Order: sequence, then C-alpha cells, then structure tokens
Amino acid sequence: MYLALWRLLPGAPWLRALQLVVLAALVLTALVLWVFPVIDHLTAPQDVTVE
Amino acid sequence: MAKAAYNRDMTESVVEPRRRRRSRRGRVTVVGVLGEILMTGGVVVLLFLGWQLWFNNVISTNEQATVADDLSHEWASAAPTASADPVQSGDPGTPVVTSTPDAGTAFANLIVPRLGADFKRPIAQGIGKAVLDNTKLGMGHYPDTQLPGEPGNFALASHRSAYGGAFHNIHQLVVGDSIWVETADGWYKYIYRSMEYVQASGVGVILPVPQSPGTAATQSIITLTTCNPFYSSAERIIAYGVFDSWYPRADGPPAEIATIATVS
Repeated sequence: MYLALWRLLPGAPWLRALQLVVLAALVLTALVLWVFPVIDHLTAPQDVTVE
Repeated sequence: MAKAAYNRDMTESVVEPRRRRRSRRGRVTVVGVLGEILMTGGVVVLLFLGWQLWFNNVISTNEQATVADDLSHEWASAAPTASADPVQSGDPGTPVVTSTPDAGTAFANLIVPRLGADFKRPIAQGIGKAVLDNTKLGMGHYPDTQLPGEPGNFALASHRSAYGGAFHNIHQLVVGDSIWVETADGWYKYIYRSMEYVQASGVGVILPVPQSPGTAATQSIITLTTCNPFYSSAERIIAYGVFDSWYPRADGPPAEIATIATVS
C-alpha cells in the first residue's frame, strides 16, 4: 500500500519524502477537523448533566 | 578447485537471495496491505486519544476564553458610562433578572478565581451536545431552571475533562470561594457552599430548592454539575453556591475580578 504510494509519487527520494510529509499533514488536519469530532459524538458520550 | 566452488557458493548465497528478496518485497500481497491498514488504524486510534484528551481541550479552552472575552467587550461597550447618580454606587439595589436567552446562545460568563486566575467561560442556553460538545461554548444552562437575579436555582452543566473541561478542578472549591456570573447587566456574586455526589438520575440537584421538591425558593443559588470521576460519567459531582451580592455594570467591575473582567 505505502510502497505503491511511494512508487506513484514523482521526483527524487527527498522530494517524495517531502510529499509524504505534506500528505500526512493533510490527513491529520482532516482527521482533527472533521473525523474526530464525528467519532467523538458517535462513541460513548461523557454525560455531565442530570436527567 | 575448492576455492572456485566456494566462490560459486558465495555467488549463489549472496546475490541470488538478494534479488529474490527484492522481488518479494515489491509484490503487493493481501496480508501486506491488511497489515498496513491495521497499523494505520492503530496510529489513528492513538491520534484520536491524543486529540480527545489533550489537543481538543487546549483548542476549546482558548476558543471559549476568546468567546467570553468578546462577550465582556461587547457588554462593556454597549453599557452606559459610569452612573451619574452617586447614590446608586452605594446601594446597587435589587439585582436585575437576566432575560430568558435564546437556545444555544451565550448569554453570560462564569468567572471562578479558584479554578484559575484567568478562568472565564461563556454560558449558553441549553444542555444539548450543540452546547456542551462545542469547542466555542462548552457550558450550558439547564433551560428549565431559573436565571441570575431571581429566586431559585441557576443550574449549569459542563465537561470535567473534555471540550475544555471547564469543571476539571471543581473538587478543589473551598467553602467561601466566590463564583461570579457576568451578564450584560452586571456581575452576580455567589459564595460556594457545598458539594454533593449523585447518580446521573439525581435531578433533585437542579430544583429551585435542591433536593426539596415542592418547596418555593426564597433565595438565589447557583448549581454546577459535571461528571465524576475523571474520564467517566458514572456519577455526577455537584457544587452549590449561594447568591451574595450584585454589581451593576454601570458601577464597573468588582475589585476581586477587576483584572479578568476588564477587557482591553
């Protein structure tokens, strides 16, 4: 999977590594902004109210 | 003869397997991809925990402080300048009753010096996820309970260890600590009195007179509810405060919280 990605990326090894870092940063941003809040609301809530 | 055989063996044992190994590494196998997916999933789970327990709290704390400061600033600039009537400064009179806020709207700030020298968080109307699980709000007012300035119970809920964890150190409150509520009208001072632990079903804590159904309220109190223990919602920890005094906005912020109440 990651090897295929490595081969898919163009350029010298250092350029590919740079692209991987950028991709990882994008994925992390997407996780924090959209995925984690949704997962947090779907998983067991930490209830703080009395009802 | 023996030396030549040795060389041939060397050729076979070093070069051949290396070529074979490289071709095996280059092949995409089901097990290999599955392994990579599982490892990626493990990393994502760890990242989620880091987000939930640390990063989201840092972000929420900052954003909630900003919202609270913006509210203070808005109220300060909207309020009339210092009262022209000097008599009013000595006797603030009866506290103004906060008007019923719209659901999901931040209408007050909670300031508790014991919870941090700069502890100021916005209070929004409602206790749904839209308020409590919100990086910009995080603290909600039980809509069926009373509001500052009127007899009864001003009951609030917030997280202990998520979305800014406003009430993280609520157990450190000491009898006599001041609990301030800032609204557009001014500042309401409550004095922390007692703590109680109840089950999640313990709705008696948000009655006008806590744990006394059917009793008419004569005094104003504030009730803070959150979960207990940390990182669990097995129980609720409840902090009660009794209304002490009222400071109209026109007279300026009270001395005790002057530094945090005054926004530059």
